[in-house]
Amino acid sequence: MNLDFSDEQKQLRDQVRRFLSEKCPPAAVRKILEGSSAFDRDLYLGLAELGVLGAAIPEEYGGVGLGDLELCVIAEELGRVIAPVPVSSSIYLTAEFLLMSGSEAQKACWLPKLSSGEVIGTFAFNEGQGRMTPDKVQARVEGGKITGTKAPIADGSIADFAIVAARDEADGISLYLVKLDDDGVSRDALESIDPTRDQTRLTFDGCPAELLGGQGEGWHIASVVMDRAAILLAFEQLGGSDRAMEMARDYALERIAFGRQIGSFQAIKHMLADMYVSATLARSNCYYGAWALASGASERPVAAATARVSATTAFQQCSKNNIQVHGGMGFTWAFDCHLYYRRSNALALALGGLSTWESLLIERMSAGNTESAA
Amino acid sequence: MDFQDTPEEAAFRAEARAWIDANAPKHLEAELKRASFGSSGLTSEDPVAAGKAWQKKKAEAGWACLHWPKEYGGGARTPIERVIWNQEEGPYAVLSGAFTIGHGMCGPTVMAWADEEQSRKLLPPLASGEEIWCQLFSEPAGGSDLAGLRTRAVKADDGSGDWIVNGQKIWTSGAQISDWGLLITRTDPDVPKHKGLTMFFLSMDTPGVEVRPIKQANGASGFNEVYFTDVRIPDSQRLGDVGQGWKVSLTTLMNERLSIGSGMSTGFPELFRFCMEAEIEGKPAIEDSAVRTRLAQFAVKQSGLKYTGMRAITALSKGDTPGPENSIGKLVAGATMQELAMFALDIQGEAGVIWSEDSPQRGRFQAMLMRSPATRIEGGSDEILRNIIGERVLGLPGDIRVDKDVPFKDIPTRGGS
Repeated sequence: MNLDFSDEQKQLRDQVRRFLSEKCPPAAVRKILEGSSAFDRDLYLGLAELGVLGAAIPEEYGGVGLGDLELCVIAEELGRVIAPVPVSSSIYLTAEFLLMSGSEAQKACWLPKLSSGEVIGTFAFNEGQGRMTPDKVQARVEGGKITGTKAPIADGSIADFAIVAARDEADGISLYLVKLDDDGVSRDALESIDPTRDQTRLTFDGCPAELLGGQGEGWHIASVVMDRAAILLAFEQLGGSDRAMEMARDYALERIAFGRQIGSFQAIKHMLADMYVSATLARSNCYYGAWALASGASERPVAAATARVSATTAFQQCSKNNIQVHGGMGFTWAFDCHLYYRRSNALALALGGLSTWESLLIERMSAGNTESAA
Repeated sequence: MDFQDTPEEAAFRAEARAWIDANAPKHLEAELKRASFGSSGLTSEDPVAAGKAWQKKKAEAGWACLHWPKEYGGGARTPIERVIWNQEEGPYAVLSGAFTIGHGMCGPTVMAWADEEQSRKLLPPLASGEEIWCQLFSEPAGGSDLAGLRTRAVKADDGSGDWIVNGQKIWTSGAQISDWGLLITRTDPDVPKHKGLTMFFLSMDTPGVEVRPIKQANGASGFNEVYFTDVRIPDSQRLGDVGQGWKVSLTTLMNERLSIGSGMSTGFPELFRFCMEAEIEGKPAIEDSAVRTRLAQFAVKQSGLKYTGMRAITALSKGDTPGPENSIGKLVAGATMQELAMFALDIQGEAGVIWSEDSPQRGRFQAMLMRSPATRIEGGSDEILRNIIGERVLGLPGDIRVDKDVPFKDIPTRGGS
């Protein structure tokens, strides 16, 4: 029985944490919130240099050749500091799409550049309001050219290329690699609840699109990659939960009201205890997800949904109660609570919201893998 | 990360499995698998007698109280081996219900505080199941505020050194079948409440001890009241110094939360099975989106507890001490069970109000609903557990205690305007 990270993985965690505490303090996140940049480029290149971006990319494609567990550890640290960088789009999704179903030429062309941070990739999946279902995919590829609108797309304004889900000529759903510097691409930045991460509308008007993976296999490939990414996002949410809880705890120790530390009031203490419970359940479920991710276990779909539901629930609870513990000060622009509140809500919606993953979890458990989560 | 045993663990597991396979009372297996919520599930045999027989068999082969030293009747095994044994014992572990408090709480307290001679006398029959122990702590005036207890022990005036005990305990599990009790009393009301307590052990046959079952809110009677009328206890049966009872009780309480909190069921697997079978508007309930949302939230609590347990086992396997994360166990399981039970009744429609053998899963969810309020109180209420997490895990300040430095006799006993 070993449901824990190895000593080497914990050392990696410490190394990444030290790096981020220096390069990504709340002020760096705030700079993206308040400024005109869509992401923190210096931080992103620093992460590339540290080997973080290429951690799970094989050495033959310019990566570091570590594994999924290392990426989980890294994701937790990025989530702790709510780093304003496109790692989820470029690494958890785009690099995984290439690794899973890219041709040799596609992998050789793009993976080294993703690993070095020289290019950024994203996944163009969503089309408008509502939960994504196959019938909502309306973007279309004919004669190797794509037409359609994708929104909201995370990091769409800074990505160099996108993996796009679109209708193929047989009316199936396939994935296409589309370079975003083409004249037929227009990008409109969208306002969002979390401006520390870019959201963009991508409109394609007959741009070249190169098939990625088998024709008609797009929905299946996307499901697998989104499951894998969901586990990594769950680790980001876990890191965010812990940090939001610590912020609330620290404030409860520091703040005096009615002549005593507010953390001595049971109303506050019990709220914090419940945050701890939620974050602890999320951590254990995330470790289960990490195991399934790294081992390729057949119960990975159940584990992914479990980690995702649990971590979303925890980060929501910790970020909103962090504001509550801070009282009025928690609702000021000057305090950092809203940065975590924004990110927790944005992450809760990424890759499909809580209700989507709740439904997926039960559907998957009822499809046979009932022992795993029970 | 993996869920594999080390070679040593695998060897121990194989040994335990083989012994259980050769020795367990297999004719009881089907009944034991129906156990739920304080009931052993046994109807064909007396549960206590069957439990004693199984415990004796285990003790003779060295499988009883695996975590205790051999000289006290234990197996001198490592914590991880104890975990593996529990996994392998499966449904037969239900047979040990009568010994849970003795093995998990009273035994460790005796071991920590009694002298060597007493330990060697008291612990082996406890380990082998010949004798059953109960914990005489809670009182009508001392539950969560245990140190507010009022049962008095005073020195006999005959110069014998004996103590004379008068008072009442409540919520004593298994008192009616116990041979021995671990008893906390007030010996000095003139000092603040935590400082005037003293711990004893006594035979439940001692004259003046009277056990009365409590009829509980769910109609069952697992708990008792125990009355003490001029009960004489020799000073040699004192554990720890006079006035040191609070410190002694902490040994018990720490063990209580460890043993109750580990591996608690939420009832989720049973609910999941029920939702696969039940129908809503002609379709399996499990396809209903509202059902899925509720089930998913229950599922992640169940799996979160399961994998929190595995993280603790990981620490044990490495020879480390598990972290504080296990403190969430009972808090999560109790509240989840209560909500989950009512949700199962909701799916049954108005028929959910009926509690009978014909109800789904023989009325399991009705029984769970009616038992679950106790789970949220016994062994540390939800509120006490949140205080413990807040103060010991997160480092928050303790509540302000207005009775902290007040002599016990001056603490108000009732409210009013």
